Amino acid sequence: MELEVHIAQRQPRNLKDLEKVCMEEWAKIPAAVCANLVKTYRKRMISGYLFISVLVNSNSELIRLINNAIKNDLSSRNPTFMCLSLHCIANVGSREMAEAFAGEIPRILVAGDTMDSVKQSAALCLLRLYKASPDLVLMGEWTSRVVHLLNDQHMGVVTAAISLITCLSSKNPDEFKTCVSLAVSRLSRIVSSASTDLQDYTYYFVPAPWLSCKLLRLLQCYPPPEDGAVKGRLVECLETILNKAQEPPKSKKVQHSNAKNAILFEAISLIIHYDSEPNLLVRACNQLGQFLQHRETNLRYLALESMCTLASSEFSHEAVKTHIETVINALKTERDVSVRQRAADLLYAMCDRSNAKQIVAEMLSYLETADYSIREEMVLKVAILAEKYAVDYSWYVDTILNLIRIAGDYVSEEVWYRVIQIVINRDDVQGYAAKTVFEALQAPACHENMVKVGGYILGEFGNLIAGDPRSSPLVQFNLLHSKFHLCSVPTRALLLSAYIKFINLFPETKATIQEVLRSDSQIRNSDVELQQRAVEYLKLSSIASTDVLATVLEEMPPFPERESSILAKLKKKKGPGAVSVELEDGKERGELNGGGDRGGDAAIAASNASTPSPSADLLGLRSSAPVSGAAPSAGSLLVDVFSEAGPAASSAGVNDDGFLSALHAPEASDSPLVEGPGDSDSAPPSAASEDPAPPLPESDELLNKFVCKNNGVLFENQLLQIGIKSEYRQNLGRMYLFYGNKTSVQFVSFSTTLNVQTKTVEPLVEGGAQVQQVINIECLTDFIDAPLLNIKFRYGGALQNISLKLPVTINKFFQPTEMAAADFFQRWKQLSQPQQEAQKIFKASHGMDTEVLKAKLLGLGTALLENVDPNPENYVCAGVIQTKAQQVGCLLRLEPNAQAQMYRLTLRSSKDTVSQRVCDLLAEQF
Amino acid sequence: MCQPIKIDLTASPAERLAHFTGWDCTFLKNRFESTIHSVFESTIKLKMQFMLLFSRQGKLRLQKWYVPLSDKERKKISRDLVQTILARKPKMCSFLEWRDLKIVYKRYASLYFCCAVEDQDNELITLEIIHRYVELLDKYFGSVCELDIIFNFEKAYFILDEFLLGGEAQETSKKNVLKAIEQADLLQEKNVLKAIEQADLLQEEAEAPRSVLEEIGLT
Repeated sequence: MELEVHIAQRQPRNLKDLEKVCMEEWAKIPAAVCANLVKTYRKRMISGYLFISVLVNSNSELIRLINNAIKNDLSSRNPTFMCLSLHCIANVGSREMAEAFAGEIPRILVAGDTMDSVKQSAALCLLRLYKASPDLVLMGEWTSRVVHLLNDQHMGVVTAAISLITCLSSKNPDEFKTCVSLAVSRLSRIVSSASTDLQDYTYYFVPAPWLSCKLLRLLQCYPPPEDGAVKGRLVECLETILNKAQEPPKSKKVQHSNAKNAILFEAISLIIHYDSEPNLLVRACNQLGQFLQHRETNLRYLALESMCTLASSEFSHEAVKTHIETVINALKTERDVSVRQRAADLLYAMCDRSNAKQIVAEMLSYLETADYSIREEMVLKVAILAEKYAVDYSWYVDTILNLIRIAGDYVSEEVWYRVIQIVINRDDVQGYAAKTVFEALQAPACHENMVKVGGYILGEFGNLIAGDPRSSPLVQFNLLHSKFHLCSVPTRALLLSAYIKFINLFPETKATIQEVLRSDSQIRNSDVELQQRAVEYLKLSSIASTDVLATVLEEMPPFPERESSILAKLKKKKGPGAVSVELEDGKERGELNGGGDRGGDAAIAASNASTPSPSADLLGLRSSAPVSGAAPSAGSLLVDVFSEAGPAASSAGVNDDGFLSALHAPEASDSPLVEGPGDSDSAPPSAASEDPAPPLPESDELLNKFVCKNNGVLFENQLLQIGIKSEYRQNLGRMYLFYGNKTSVQFVSFSTTLNVQTKTVEPLVEGGAQVQQVINIECLTDFIDAPLLNIKFRYGGALQNISLKLPVTINKFFQPTEMAAADFFQRWKQLSQPQQEAQKIFKASHGMDTEVLKAKLLGLGTALLENVDPNPENYVCAGVIQTKAQQVGCLLRLEPNAQAQMYRLTLRSSKDTVSQRVCDLLAEQF
Repeated sequence: MCQPIKIDLTASPAERLAHFTGWDCTFLKNRFESTIHSVFESTIKLKMQFMLLFSRQGKLRLQKWYVPLSDKERKKISRDLVQTILARKPKMCSFLEWRDLKIVYKRYASLYFCCAVEDQDNELITLEIIHRYVELLDKYFGSVCELDIIFNFEKAYFILDEFLLGGEAQETSKKNVLKAIEQADLLQEKNVLKAIEQADLLQEEAEAPRSVLEEIGLT
């Protein structure tokens, strides 16, 4: 009592303080003053409560001090005091509060003699505590009684209690299952009541809108009711709500229509949530369709938003699509950017294969005038749609290049990485991409991202368009180089890499490019990265032989297919929940980069174990060491790098002599093909405890993948990935097998056996690591069957046994032969005996793109002869297969028929088995 | 040709290592923006996160936070949000996406009422919550204006507490809310009166010892 008086006495002054503080800026009082105030002010006074709720953060230490006072109020019988103290608890909502009162409040909530207003406060107060510290609010006997508050006479109690019930049942749906039928009957009573029945709970002629919305929201925690009667009643309610939307409004006030439509939208959410009533879904969609043209901006906004979710339901997707014109119109004419954004979202959601072209075109044209704040997201969406629904990839390439042209600044790296990945992975689009990018680069001003894409693609596939004099190698180079000086450092670095690739693709540009690399602005560039690249590339181009260049600067192998990085980016933009995806993706990418360097080294440095390279040399420069004996005289940077590789090279015997000498492996003379160990100290194959497994059924198919290429992934499962890199010269070849452990656990007793002998590999493969095996190959005579490779290892105790066909095929030993038309026909006629010819007529299983066909024929190893066949559609090739025993000349003619999608392939060679085999192999490729 | 892009989430580093041979790819560095950590992430989402009232000049008149945030965060949020909303034109729609929240706002005369709700929430009903609150203020103050809220801010808070608790509608009946406020007002008046009486009595007692102390020179 004394305390109370004391407080009252001091009240006016403190309130004034409070007011002043509040009016200036809320929480500026120092903590010490604050503490003092609370201590002296141990409330009971309403303003005391206010003070606490406004100024005391829920983390504050002071809370403990006032808990006692609140406790007193809670146990008083005065409803006003009780409510005030409950408000105070709810407003602070700290853990200390929860500790102190979480046991008490449920009792108040369900006690029979509690006043209605106190019940309301208690329900929401408990909800607040539960949200803040769910572990402290113990479920118990009270929970079952809480559900029955849905039946309470007092609407206010139901309104408050339902929030609590919704939250609790979303966490423990089973425990609160009974609330479904209660909620449905309550909803049904409200929906069917006349607008005046509920007295003060009717809001602008709409009966209890808040309660209705909350009921509908509660139902969204559960699947559709199983009980037929309950379900029927609910469907009836939903239909009534939909019907009411069609009735003329009872009031012109916006509040009336807002409240009515709030219930409608909540009902539609429930219908979408159930996703099982096609009839209701379509009705909902039609209703929203009407709203799309409503004069209220708010309704248009919400209709677009709800339709987005409707579009994902199979029942209503088609119905949503009928509104496409309206939505496109909204995108063009809405004055509010947030509404336009919703329209763009909806277009994205309703897009499928049938309308992708239209939608992407509309989005692209909108992009030119789009609000800056949403451009980046729009760009991502266009990129994703274009990729997802691309029917032909030339359209995809066009779209992305357009994207870069229109909104280059907003094209994030993910987008242009992706287009490059796709171009590299799909050989049917490479020629087109090179052509398009070349044309795009001719614009006087083009975005830097365009230069990046252009540099990369021309560097890889410039050869595909080099035949045209308008895009001859030098023209391509000059075009790229004309952009060079306007670009940032990373782009310049990329361009330098493209140049060195040009040297490989077009030897005729070598002098020009070396000139550029040698210029002071490159070789003495102040940026260390550019300088290093210029120096290294210059050296590489001048000391490495064409073969080495060809290997080092070979075309990129396909990227592994994985989740599109732009999709991940979009997810990230959409909220924190998706962030982990992006992070993981980034991690992968980081390792990818490391992998690139490492792979480059490993490619030629012939050591049996892959050694992670500490030096971050680009393009695996040290690999050129064995070839260029005079290397140590180069610049100091190179000396370093070379000395590191020197010993390894000599021991592995990779210089030309060593290469040959290592190959004369004595055994396996019965096999036409000899695989010798890569090292001179050959060890016997590890004792195989079990027989090798029979070759995998798909091993033939895997083999066919490698007929026209030398590098790639041979095999992959959940545990193991086997990558291959190989090179062939005359009748000799060398193959690098990379065994990658995809798991995080080591493989023990790892062994591989060929049906001929090889050197053993490391018996342990650490998790995530990779070991390398080198196989030297000599072709003794022609052959049909590929050697078998058997791999055994233990993974977590289980023996894994895999047999594969090593992708060594006869065509690997082709030497291309150039010849004139007359020569060709003369030889063709010479090989006219029936057994010398093999012919096949077959249906095209891939596209019949000229550039792709050419690339494949070149990949086969033969020379592609231009202007030989009188029909320009046809392809003729010539080559000599080199074996130790003999040389087999081979002529090839491929006649595509684009109309019938058929090919006729004719092979003539001096040896019948060779004709047949090459014909068989090649027929699988088109 | 148009196969869907296969999603391979099991891809491991070693796998990609083998793929990437030959071409320098240091330029393929991924750009990492530091992830903006949401301050609103709590174990369970609250229906309404906060409510702000501010004038057309951008002065905050009332703020109610239903999520625990530091003062710094609160200030930053309200500053950003006020700017965003003031920049919008009158005909624009009343909803906007802001960070990962939905903002519902409406302007009444010189005051903006602005609520931040969770992504899933019903915007229209939130708009009507604002309207009902305005009605309550109007009824209590009798045609409310900005000055009423400035000078009787504590009343505005009481009304809000009676109407919304912990971000959820507690009592949607106008009558019931006003009745509760009246009772609380009555109680306060009673207390104040009592306090003033008592204070008069205590004044002399309180002064006596102090003067003694002063005389001794202890103060």
